[in-house]
Amino acid sequence: MSLKNKAGGGSLWINPVLDKEFRLRMRTPRSFVALLIYVMVLGLLAIGFIYVTTGLQDQQSGGRFDPSVSRVLFYVLSIAQLVLIAFMTPALTAGVISGEREKQTLNILLTTQQSSSAIVLSKLFSSLAFMVLIVLATLPVYSIVFLYGGISPSQLALVFLFYLFTMLLLGALGIMCSTIFKRTIISVIMTYGMTMFIFAATGVAYLLMLAIVQQSYYSGTVPPKYSWVGFILGLNPVGALVSIFEPGISKQAFLVNSGNLQGKAPIALWLQFLLVYSVVIVGALWVAIRRIRPVRRKRREDDFDAPNNGASAGEVAEMKPAEGMKNDK
Amino acid sequence: MIEIKDLSKRYGNFQALDGISMTIDAGTVFGFVGPNGAGKSTTMSILATLLLPDSGIAKVSGFDVTKHPKEVRRRIGYMPDFFGVYDRFKTDEYLHFYGASYGIARSEREKLIPQLLELVNLSDKKEAYVDGLSRGMKQRLCLARSLVHDPEVLILDEPASGLDPRARIEMREILKELKRMGKTIIISSHILPELAEMVDQIGVIEHGRMVAQGKVSDIQSRLRVNRVLHIRTLARQEELAAKLRDEAHVSRVLSDANGIQVHFSGQDVEQMQLLRRVLDWEYEVVSFNEAQTNLEDVFLEITKGGAAT
Repeated sequence: MSLKNKAGGGSLWINPVLDKEFRLRMRTPRSFVALLIYVMVLGLLAIGFIYVTTGLQDQQSGGRFDPSVSRVLFYVLSIAQLVLIAFMTPALTAGVISGEREKQTLNILLTTQQSSSAIVLSKLFSSLAFMVLIVLATLPVYSIVFLYGGISPSQLALVFLFYLFTMLLLGALGIMCSTIFKRTIISVIMTYGMTMFIFAATGVAYLLMLAIVQQSYYSGTVPPKYSWVGFILGLNPVGALVSIFEPGISKQAFLVNSGNLQGKAPIALWLQFLLVYSVVIVGALWVAIRRIRPVRRKRREDDFDAPNNGASAGEVAEMKPAEGMKNDK
Repeated sequence: MIEIKDLSKRYGNFQALDGISMTIDAGTVFGFVGPNGAGKSTTMSILATLLLPDSGIAKVSGFDVTKHPKEVRRRIGYMPDFFGVYDRFKTDEYLHFYGASYGIARSEREKLIPQLLELVNLSDKKEAYVDGLSRGMKQRLCLARSLVHDPEVLILDEPASGLDPRARIEMREILKELKRMGKTIIISSHILPELAEMVDQIGVIEHGRMVAQGKVSDIQSRLRVNRVLHIRTLARQEELAAKLRDEAHVSRVLSDANGIQVHFSGQDVEQMQLLRRVLDWEYEVVSFNEAQTNLEDVFLEITKGGAAT
């Protein structure tokens, strides 16, 4: 029997690990249940919002749902979606490597010709692809907003691109934790911890610092052009998302010209978010790729290149008790 | 084909490997015997590029496992002692996945996979989901997976562990076929008789050290220095036990409900003479056989030999 092989397996676009992840993910009912629950939550939120808003307006304007309200609905949906992404992405990515390790499939995968980067990136992209599917599945919910007007398609596209970036960020952190920590539960906890830090800690820190800065800001004779406090909000995804809807928020965040908002913000919040977290993404993926396989350390070159040099292993091949065993006795 | 020199590996305070060295020639089936925790899996993991040694060198086909891991991976087929399978895969999809992971073109895989499934007797399970296979079938599937890229060297860590006797026999037959195909195989087990039939050379490892290494026949003859004989009679068992205690080459005699156990240091000729004497004494012997040598006996014997040399 001949078991000869040739190079060139796999598609140009989809490597085997990505192909496997795509297949296996959609063969479990869990994926469909997650998709259903996600769309239901967002749909109920949108319907609830319309119900409450029209109910409130009923007394004033006879049940009208005007474009300004639809714009608020868009903001509400977008922020809710961002929070849902923050909940879903760590759950999808924090176990991809540690899960393979726990299922005892990782070692076999690591002995194949797949490079560490191919394994890590395929795992990440397959998880993100599922998240993208979920987010795209919510588009019909967004169509309610378009029904009433007030939002341009380009704004919607920008928001979706922002989601993509946020998923990439949380996914990269998830896969990094999944590679570093042997157990999935620890990896999940650590990833949610980092997500909480990015979402909540930066927001709380901004509010605290803002209160402190504002106290001293107006006491000086010549107030500075802007305050550093805005850089903290630039690390918060909600702040960055709002700055896409309302560019003026960046100026407010940086307290530009003591709040008279005539000058320019040093950087748009979303741009700062993009730049800072791009570095974090690259760093997290680098750590994941480095850590998935044992790393070769620099070591002294040995003179073992010729198999029969000096006291070669061949001498030990004779049937005899090993040296160490003799010493043990 | 495989060269290991002064390989050491420590996990915290535990010295898993303590400077082991060995050479395995191309086409050899090498049995790696040792109790759990002796260092077999660590050595195999290092050869499979999954672990880095603290010191020493390991080479496969001339490629250092730490310097050229990709070249080594191309040449080895690795089957770990504990492994999982992707449950939602079908059997042939499972092999396709690993085939693609080794860069084998789909058209080539279409021809190769039926051959592999036939080799491991799983042709009728091609469409079955992997989670529906028995443990023995999963072991064989994993073996087929390790062969998918036609490696020169097979590293099989306890391939028969946890299998029922029938599955063990099937696994043994497949390994014999692979041996016939000229593969270099390094196979570990903590049960010596399991390996004795199929390996050319054997290495005994304990506490991370190579206790003995050589041809199976040499090791076996060495082990037979002190054998245990089981004798069962229809009657007068205690009387026979008392007589046997006075016999030459008998160091210890135990008699219980299962029969008489005789610790015997003679060779085949002396064993034959002992049997003849027992029959001459007109005892009604139901059985007279030699107990299979287990791992503890191996270690006992080899360690004694080591002390003597």
